[in-house]
Amino acid sequence: MSHAVAIQPSRRDFLYLATGAVAAVGAASVVWPLVDQMNPDAGTLALSSVEVDLSPIAEGQIVTVKWRGGPVFVRHRTQKEILAAEATPIAELRDPQTDQERVQKPEWLVVVGVCTHLGCVPLGHEGQYEGWKCPCHGSVYDTSGRIRQGPAPLNLAVPEYKFITPTRVKIG
Amino acid sequence: MMTRLKASLLAFAVLAASAGFAVAQEADQPKPPEQNWSFHGVFGRFDQAQLQRGFQVYREVCSNCHRLSIPFRTLEDQDGPGYSEAQVKALAATYQVTNDEPNDQGKIFQRPGTPADTFPPPDAFPNDQAAAAALGKAPPDMWLLAKSIKYERGFPWFITDVFTGYQEDGTDLIYGVLTGYTHKDDPQWNLYYPGHRIAMPMPLQDGAVKYTDGTPDTVQNYAKDVAAFLTWAAEPTMMERKRIGFRAIVFLIVLSVLMYLVKKRIWADAH
Amino acid sequence: MDGHSTYVPKSGIARWLEQRLPILGLMHSSFISYPTPRNLNYFWTFGAILSAMLGIQIITGVVLAMHYVPSSKMAFDSIEHIMRDVNFGWLVRYLHTNGASFFFLAVYMHIFRGMYYGSYKSPREVLWILGVIIYVLMMATAFMGYVLPWGQMSFAGATVITNLFTAIPLVGTPIAHWLWGGYAVGDPTLNRFFSLHYLLPFMIVGVVVLHVWALHVVGQNNPDGVDVKDVARDTVPFTPYATVKDAFGVCVFFIIYAWFVFFIPNYLLDADNYNPANPLVTPAHIVPEWYLLPFYAILRAIPNKLMGVLALAAAMGLLVFLPWLDTSPVRSGKYRPLFRFFFWIFVICCVGLGYLGSQEVSDSATLVARILALGYFGYLIVVLPVLGLVEKTKPVPTSIADAVLPKGVAAAE
Repeated sequence: MSHAVAIQPSRRDFLYLATGAVAAVGAASVVWPLVDQMNPDAGTLALSSVEVDLSPIAEGQIVTVKWRGGPVFVRHRTQKEILAAEATPIAELRDPQTDQERVQKPEWLVVVGVCTHLGCVPLGHEGQYEGWKCPCHGSVYDTSGRIRQGPAPLNLAVPEYKFITPTRVKIG
Repeated sequence: MMTRLKASLLAFAVLAASAGFAVAQEADQPKPPEQNWSFHGVFGRFDQAQLQRGFQVYREVCSNCHRLSIPFRTLEDQDGPGYSEAQVKALAATYQVTNDEPNDQGKIFQRPGTPADTFPPPDAFPNDQAAAAALGKAPPDMWLLAKSIKYERGFPWFITDVFTGYQEDGTDLIYGVLTGYTHKDDPQWNLYYPGHRIAMPMPLQDGAVKYTDGTPDTVQNYAKDVAAFLTWAAEPTMMERKRIGFRAIVFLIVLSVLMYLVKKRIWADAH
Repeated sequence: MDGHSTYVPKSGIARWLEQRLPILGLMHSSFISYPTPRNLNYFWTFGAILSAMLGIQIITGVVLAMHYVPSSKMAFDSIEHIMRDVNFGWLVRYLHTNGASFFFLAVYMHIFRGMYYGSYKSPREVLWILGVIIYVLMMATAFMGYVLPWGQMSFAGATVITNLFTAIPLVGTPIAHWLWGGYAVGDPTLNRFFSLHYLLPFMIVGVVVLHVWALHVVGQNNPDGVDVKDVARDTVPFTPYATVKDAFGVCVFFIIYAWFVFFIPNYLLDADNYNPANPLVTPAHIVPEWYLLPFYAILRAIPNKLMGVLALAAAMGLLVFLPWLDTSPVRSGKYRPLFRFFFWIFVICCVGLGYLGSQEVSDSATLVARILALGYFGYLIVVLPVLGLVEKTKPVPTSIADAVLPKGVAAAE
């Protein structure tokens, strides 16, 4: 079919541009709430810290606590483990960090228990370095939680934490 | 169509049921007087000092029987009471809350509250059944009270409300009930409560709460402040809503005008 | 309208795609070159407004479903969680609840426009019936959505509407138990309503596609109700003419919608629904949402349970037969003075029934409701068939161009 009256308006017209621009701004500002609603909500953000009592954790023991919905390992390291971690030459490391950078007190190691490869939870006291070994793809971590073998690129993350008292630590 | 739209609300008989209000059949049910609320209308804003006073009234009086199921952290809200983080932390710690998960020995235990916790139920009444057993009727949870009660607006107010943006009927009714104990010899007779028989005896007396900001310690002030506080508790996002809403409507008006001009220009060719 | 697209692909990619799937041509003939009668008024923008509202309801609904929990223990609190904690949750939820009302507001404008201008008449019967199906699906969707917050009115509404089925002899009660998944409205009911509330909107989309398809086969009706005779003189292309007019209509509609969402979001909601559902206490005064009130009034006007339910079903079902109930050869009410009179009486009956549906039952209210219900059915069953036979209509213009263009221009073109 044909249209004798189909007259195309000039696209350069300022009015059309202005209207299009305003409509585009409107559409963009509607998108943000739809995206932001999937971010962590106020209730989730408020729960982002947890306190752990260290007194019942025996030397050599690893305790797993839940923080932000995932595991955090609190490890009471033995003297042998501390020495092994401190003695490791930094040149051997894939993600170079000294043990001192990763702990506040040498006997307490606090790391996020999520393998930096694809997010599995590593098993404690396993692997060649007796730190952790990930059951999914075999990444091996040492007693400082640093990556030593396997596909993971980074050391186990150290969360923000502080000692409220000598036997109580607040994570987050 | 608009008439039908309005009509739906005409007779929303006031209030109801589980929250503890019964409906009035009496024709002599006066309407609570409309108060001047700082948060009314397009540019309405909560008055932070008033919300803090209202919270004080809630805490010292209402909380003995009424639960308020909001988390402590929301009291920090700058659009709300705006207490400091330290104040809220200290406040939360004065309450004992039940931990969600058992401890290492498998026992559910009590611990001091944190800002992330919700206000626990009143010490005397751990649940509605306990409250009903003791008081005859469970006092309603107050977190949504300002939105869950309403009084019949009647003609023509239910139409003008659309244009004036009147949404404070619950707030006005709370104020009305708290100041409506007009029979001195009958503490359970209330002028504005539907049916006039109220289970709650007059809860407020002049001087019962000591304000620290110089506001006179009167029942009127307590009622007004606590009604404002409960309105915030029921709709804590109101100020964000009105801020965004103003921008949204200005935007839509501008866009409509532009669209109209574009439409006119395009159609100029067609006639 | 002849079914063949005049679309000519401009780029190589478009040509490649068009040979394999002629979707660009379909879009072009449906929304660009589609000829729209040049005399359409603003009542014809409600089609676009309804599409916009359907889109908003689906998008906000999908978002709400990300945070809502369909369980009797959690549903009420999860709505408050959305209102308080979820980022912009209050916005999405108020857009959705008020969106339902504005969706119905627009659909009623759309329906009454169709009834006034005779848009249901041949050859648009199927178009009209598809519209009635959409309307019924909308009511089912809205009803189930209203149950989800699990407030007092949600619970009462679910109970009353599902109990309508118990009016059916013999199998009524088993059907109700089947609907509930128990002996009363409860957790299984809530869960299946959530599932269906999510499903039905997509069925609406499907029927809307058919509705638009049917529209594009027969072409739009217009305020003068005469057929398009000469595409060049009687119509303008959909884009830009109808598109920009629709866009303007949508913007103005959104201003009112935004006023409700942002400044009186609870005006159309029932305060009682901010009380959690309590199966042991029914609110003193049960009212459905405003858009269902006329049918609710018809239900209550009839003293017999089964008859009431049948009347309710007939009030909706009769609309399907409207194209054959109206016997007049003239489409538009513009040229039917007597029809116009009865049409407005019919509108008043609908509005009046809506008002009475919101009132408490009394003898006088029931009497008035019966008279109005009689008016509602009388219009459809008696007035429309008879009017077509006896009414003296005004002369209808020979073409759309004659009706709208100044005499000289029409002759010159």
